Amino acid sequence: MNQVLDIVTSKKLTYEQKVMSLAHAAEDTLSILSIPEKTRYYFEINAIDDLYEGHAPYRPRYIMPDYEKFIKNGSGFLQIDPPKDLDELLNSLMILYKHVPSITGFPVFLGNIDKLIEPFLDGVSDEMAKKKLRLFLNYLDRTITDSFCHANIGPEATRAGKLILELEKELQNAVPNFTLKYDPDITPDEYAELGIYTSLFCANPAFCNHKVHKKTYSTDYGISSCYNILPICGGAYTLSRITLPGLAKVATSAEQFLNELLPDCLEALGNYMNERISFLVEQSGFFESSFLVKEGFIHPDNFIGMLGITGLAECANILMGQNGKRYGHDVDADNLADQIMTIISNFAVQFPAKYSKIANGHFMLHAQVGMDYDLGITSGVRIPVGDELENIYDHLRHSARFHREITTGCGDIFPFETTGRNNPSAILDIVKGSFSLGSKYISFYEENSDLVRITGYLVKRSEMEKYRNNQVVLHDTTHLGAPNYEHNHLKDRKVRGV
Amino acid sequence: MTRAPINKIIPLSLVDGPGNRTSIFLQGCNLACAYCHNPETQRLCNHCGICVSGCPSGALTIAGGRVNWDPEVCISCDQCITVCPSFASPRVRNMTPDEVFREVQKNIPFIRGITVSGGECTLYPNFIKELFAKAREQGLTCLIDSNGTTDFSRFPEMMELCQGVMLDVKAWDEQTYQKLTGGPTNSVVKKNLKYLADCNKLEELRIVCLQEEVDAEAVISGIAETIGEKVTSVKLKLIKFRHYGVKGRLQNTPSPDEVYIQKLLQLACGFGFKKAVIV
Repeated sequence: MNQVLDIVTSKKLTYEQKVMSLAHAAEDTLSILSIPEKTRYYFEINAIDDLYEGHAPYRPRYIMPDYEKFIKNGSGFLQIDPPKDLDELLNSLMILYKHVPSITGFPVFLGNIDKLIEPFLDGVSDEMAKKKLRLFLNYLDRTITDSFCHANIGPEATRAGKLILELEKELQNAVPNFTLKYDPDITPDEYAELGIYTSLFCANPAFCNHKVHKKTYSTDYGISSCYNILPICGGAYTLSRITLPGLAKVATSAEQFLNELLPDCLEALGNYMNERISFLVEQSGFFESSFLVKEGFIHPDNFIGMLGITGLAECANILMGQNGKRYGHDVDADNLADQIMTIISNFAVQFPAKYSKIANGHFMLHAQVGMDYDLGITSGVRIPVGDELENIYDHLRHSARFHREITTGCGDIFPFETTGRNNPSAILDIVKGSFSLGSKYISFYEENSDLVRITGYLVKRSEMEKYRNNQVVLHDTTHLGAPNYEHNHLKDRKVRGV
Repeated sequence: MTRAPINKIIPLSLVDGPGNRTSIFLQGCNLACAYCHNPETQRLCNHCGICVSGCPSGALTIAGGRVNWDPEVCISCDQCITVCPSFASPRVRNMTPDEVFREVQKNIPFIRGITVSGGECTLYPNFIKELFAKAREQGLTCLIDSNGTTDFSRFPEMMELCQGVMLDVKAWDEQTYQKLTGGPTNSVVKKNLKYLADCNKLEELRIVCLQEEVDAEAVISGIAETIGEKVTSVKLKLIKFRHYGVKGRLQNTPSPDEVYIQKLLQLACGFGFKKAVIV
């Protein structure tokens, strides 16, 4: 019980953070999931990781409510009538957000926020709308104290979206993340350029390849948490990952890794994910009791299991052995990495996933972006910080190649020189080029920005500094970000520009 | 096949025209501006060999009276251009338009166009023409960055392919111009200003601002008079002089103060410039 006492007596956690941590500790006293010996071995060698998802899942990891339906119908459970004006809308959303669970304890998806707001702006001046939206956005940042939270805008230009972008630049909030669903055929250049310009002040919004992602599901998609592409009116039961370098370290050869270890470990991971999903669906009572299900804001048919991949770079480098060939830099290393991705992808296509109707009964791949304890493990399929390709175009071509197999979230992060602010159209050209090649997601921040993107979520450098000095900080993601920023030398990310 | 000396090719440039562009810097200039911030592009290497011994990476060698440069070994420390007494660089490749375009092509689809700059790129009009023809075939836009000393109207084929010129107007008074640039006259620059405005190819105008050296006020009013109503649509960049890279009598001169540069911006706005910016 020392862990519990440590939480109770911590001087670095807020009250809310203590309560969350205690709930987690309580859950982890259970061992109701059946985990075979072999799977335990893969956990022990750090080849499989449940990402702190807990030992007895009692809510899906990520929930993507159908907010449009909520606005249309209101909610009986929450005693909310359909909103009639902007005040009622924002207030209704604030109430609902409080009741959307997730792995973090906070809502990870706030909706296609511009679309939700736009119809309520008729007859409201910019000045008045901004006043109300400013309060709304600050409420989100100060009460959703975990930056694995996402709101979407676009692909169409809207007045609501424009006002939000202008406010974000001013507010410098870490929550929520914003992503612009970007399609050059739909999104006007001027709007996309405003997005890029804004991101060079506050690291928001990121850009998602709408043309590619809109085909992911039979329903509309949303981007949640850090970079999770999930079906709206559903979500993700779980995200468990294969930590490739952990597995590569016990390989006797590249062939043994490809032919024996990797398939075996994937099988173990697949079974483990099914075990989690079974408990959640069959025993936890979530889908029977949640008003979100009863009122049709989510539906069990629209949930998937995400199979996370991380550390492809280090894995390929380990398997290359003594010859020193590196992922991103040498054809042989890249071809090996491609083989690994193909094996994982083929596994996902054939392995039966439980209760995953919208994914046709299979798991979907996600480039998992890392934990605070990841040492020398680069997020997803990215090229390690410090080893980036000199030419950003080569880097993006490489990304496009390795984003290919990953359907539920995979992206790149580029710090840019301050001068980028003077010419957002240039950066938009780069986005257009990389998306046309199949790259799926890209985000920028300005080289000196206080807000920086860690792996997919945002943290303020100034807050990390406070945390390092043992001060209490509002957002729990600062706890994750501070060590990750140091372990992975994120301050050394290659700054792009001329 | 036409060849031209290429100082460097920058795959990603945010500052050489609209959108993302690949910039090609040609070596050699017919002026020697006192405020030039890349003076190593002014002259062609005379193979004196002074730079060779100081090269820390061994990228420079001398054989048969010629200095050779190995780009694979070069660490871009700039030692060679720092010591060069003749405002040149040993790191110049003589390239054909095909060879240059092969490098440009690697940057598609991330760029919307190319910009040729220098040195003074219009010293090589045939090269530009051939390079632009290839770039246009691939749907790239083509811009020229120039000091305006070449009479553009004499090269109609090049100008047909060129979609815009970024023109430096260095001084308005001829004596001021001569003192600053070492050039004989700015009459061609003024002629070009009118010509480019008339054929809608004035992409951008630039004035490097430095009191005592540049008659920026006269340049602003002179341009306004020459290009007429185009003042409302043409971008005017008022560039603050900075001593970085400068060699010679201005190398320690401080930048102009904010009050002066703001005054120039006000003046430009007063003449009707709608797109005047300080950089």
